[in-house]
Amino acid sequence: MTTPERAERRRAWAAVAPALLWTLAFFVVPFAMMAAMSLWQRQGREVVRIWDLSNYQDFLSKPHLLGALWNSLEITVLVTVISVVLAYPLAWIIAERVPRHLQRLALALAVLPFWTSYVVRSYAWTLVLAKNGVLNQALIGAGLIAEPLEISATRGATVTGFVHFFVMLLTLTIYANLVQLPANYRRAAADLGAGPLAVFWHVTLPLTLPGIMVGAFLTFVLCIGDYITPQILGGNSELVLPQVIMLQLGRGADLPMAAALSIVLMTVVTAAWLACARWLRLERA
Amino acid sequence: MTAVLRLASWGYALALYGFIFLPVVVLVLFSFQDGRLPIPPFEGPTLRWYAAVWQDRSLTAALGNSLVVALASSAVSCALGFLAAWGLARGRLAGGRAMQGLITAPLTVSYLLIGLGLMISFNLTGISPSLLTVGIGHAVINTPLCFAICFASMGDHQVNIERAARDLGAREWQVLWLVTAPMLLPALAAGFALSVTFSWDEFIIAFLLSRFDVTLPVEIWSLLRSGLNPKTNAAGSVVFLVSVAMVLAAEFTLLRRRR
Repeated sequence: MTTPERAERRRAWAAVAPALLWTLAFFVVPFAMMAAMSLWQRQGREVVRIWDLSNYQDFLSKPHLLGALWNSLEITVLVTVISVVLAYPLAWIIAERVPRHLQRLALALAVLPFWTSYVVRSYAWTLVLAKNGVLNQALIGAGLIAEPLEISATRGATVTGFVHFFVMLLTLTIYANLVQLPANYRRAAADLGAGPLAVFWHVTLPLTLPGIMVGAFLTFVLCIGDYITPQILGGNSELVLPQVIMLQLGRGADLPMAAALSIVLMTVVTAAWLACARWLRLERA
Repeated sequence: MTAVLRLASWGYALALYGFIFLPVVVLVLFSFQDGRLPIPPFEGPTLRWYAAVWQDRSLTAALGNSLVVALASSAVSCALGFLAAWGLARGRLAGGRAMQGLITAPLTVSYLLIGLGLMISFNLTGISPSLLTVGIGHAVINTPLCFAICFASMGDHQVNIERAARDLGAREWQVLWLVTAPMLLPALAAGFALSVTFSWDEFIIAFLLSRFDVTLPVEIWSLLRSGLNPKTNAAGSVVFLVSVAMVLAAEFTLLRRRR
């Protein structure tokens, strides 16, 4: 190796080192500490460093903890499916029906509320869904219902808040996917006699499926790890895993249990990631 | 058939835009509510809730804290991300792929877990929560972002310009500061703008890692305990306006660069 090359390599190491050390100190080490913490126990107000799996055994044996994971999974799957189903047509309309020079504007408008603060957006939904809120008053005013719907502080409210956020996110990702498709594929199918629905079903949809999967995975990860939306909109009737994790930090200050539940949450996300990656590989092969 | 499809398309788009805008419109409209509750009927416009936000000491302090944390943590993220991207793009280092994976790893983990991990380790090492720890948390989530953006815009054509500068006697820091950084300015600006917006809006890490001095989302969170209140609407509308202004500013500077 020549000397300038060696100097170049040394410079490169010096440049990468700060970010590596930063990630080690404030990301890798904290995770190791969290994993260690999950194997310790709380006794009274103290954390005792006895290493065992009792927190995980507790998780599996206590119905309210296992139930929280179950609630999380149900809500996340529901939100992911509804969001994809709602966002796909919107992305398609923007990509296919809106004139090209207006597409950027249409897209920017579709994600404008994305820029409201996450906390504020959930609060805004409580305004809409409250017992005497906008939605109920509008429905009663229109004569569609006689009594206000009890939507606030339910699973329905949580799902609504989530779907609102992820429809915007997925419209972006699916649109990006749709505009990348060469128009020739669709023209070829149309030339061969396929109607608009057949073109969509046999050409457009299969080609955008990998993109949809990536967007759905992103939705899954962000949704299952979120504390804010279920806490503000869902109330305390039906807790999800992040809410239960935050509860451990409250009165009891059970850090080991919070750590164990976090590891469970991470395991679920990793499993989803592996499934998604495997599917994408199979699709490509 | 086509006419029906077209009509259905526009109807659907209209309905979905309505759904997307509904909470924002309600939020902003009822921030002008001349009454005690931000629910219909709308009782006429007033600015008194904005005045109340302006006079709320803890809100304005939180706003200042948010700005400081967002700017400082974004600067750190940009510096770390830029240097690492440069080193990995130029160096052809052994294990470059692995290092790239490690630096971008925080992108794949939920904020709650990053915040909790940091909280536990600060707790174990006796570091007390403050704006500094919040800033560290935000730099952890934003460094991978700045790294990815800078890394994507590192090109081979820049290498020769850097070599020329070196041949002409520039020191290494001068090459980075006077040659590479200006060439990557659009990427750096985009990374910085995105980091600022993320930090500005981030709640859970800031909530877990702060105690007395809090950022704006945390302060708004504690406002929520008072239930539905037009003052919360006003505070939320201000935050929304600032974010939209930041996005527009980023959009226009980037667009102008492209031309």
